[in-house]
Amino acid sequence: MDREKLIAKLKEIVAPYTHDKEALAKINQTTDFINDLKINSANLVDVILDVEEEFDIEIDNLEMAKMLNVNETVTIIESKLKALDRE
Amino acid sequence: MKKADILSHLPYTKPFLFVDELDEIDENGVKGSYTFDPELDFYKGHFKDHPVTPGVILTETMAQIGLVCLGIYLSGNAEGGMPGHVMLTSTAIDFMKPVFPGEKVTVTAQKVYFRFKKLNCTVQMTNAAGEVVCKGTIAGMVTNKMNG
Repeated sequence: MDREKLIAKLKEIVAPYTHDKEALAKINQTTDFINDLKINSANLVDVILDVEEEFDIEIDNLEMAKMLNVNETVTIIESKLKALDRE
Repeated sequence: MKKADILSHLPYTKPFLFVDELDEIDENGVKGSYTFDPELDFYKGHFKDHPVTPGVILTETMAQIGLVCLGIYLSGNAEGGMPGHVMLTSTAIDFMKPVFPGEKVTVTAQKVYFRFKKLNCTVQMTNAAGEVVCKGTIAGMVTNKMNG
């Protein structure tokens, strides 16, 4: 799956938790979940759980702590999919 | 953790403690009860001459029993865990019946998930007749500090 497709899927996942719809429309690699999309820390957990379900992967505590922006999140999803041979 | 330890760890006191007893608690859920003291101050104003327990107080009661007690239990039982505080982050509750001063209510909660310090539960409150008073979903973050 290429990055653009991954970001498009991530956009759908974060949409219900996003309080800044303009920032969502302009989502890109540098978008920060908390500062740009105004997602709160409790909903950040929901984003991670939805990512797990969507991509059928498991995220651990260390990875979760890094998943605060689009770039880190997509990087972690890519490495998980690669490890599972599901690129 | 034992039930008495959980109750003693609750950060509330009168007039904002809405837990009398815990009947059951385990990894998956909790059941507890509370009897609304007719002398509680809010009955004087909600409503004028017609005291009814406010929905926010029913929500608070479900949160204290269903979310906070379970959160303390789960964090206290985690490996190397210390019983934490629980910060309410979201509620979605439907109300079916009024609760009047002096009524005893029972709250049951089932854990939906407890991951990355977020506890999400389905909760239900029943009255002494066993009728469902209100039900819904409550979630919070388990933290080490009192306010985040």
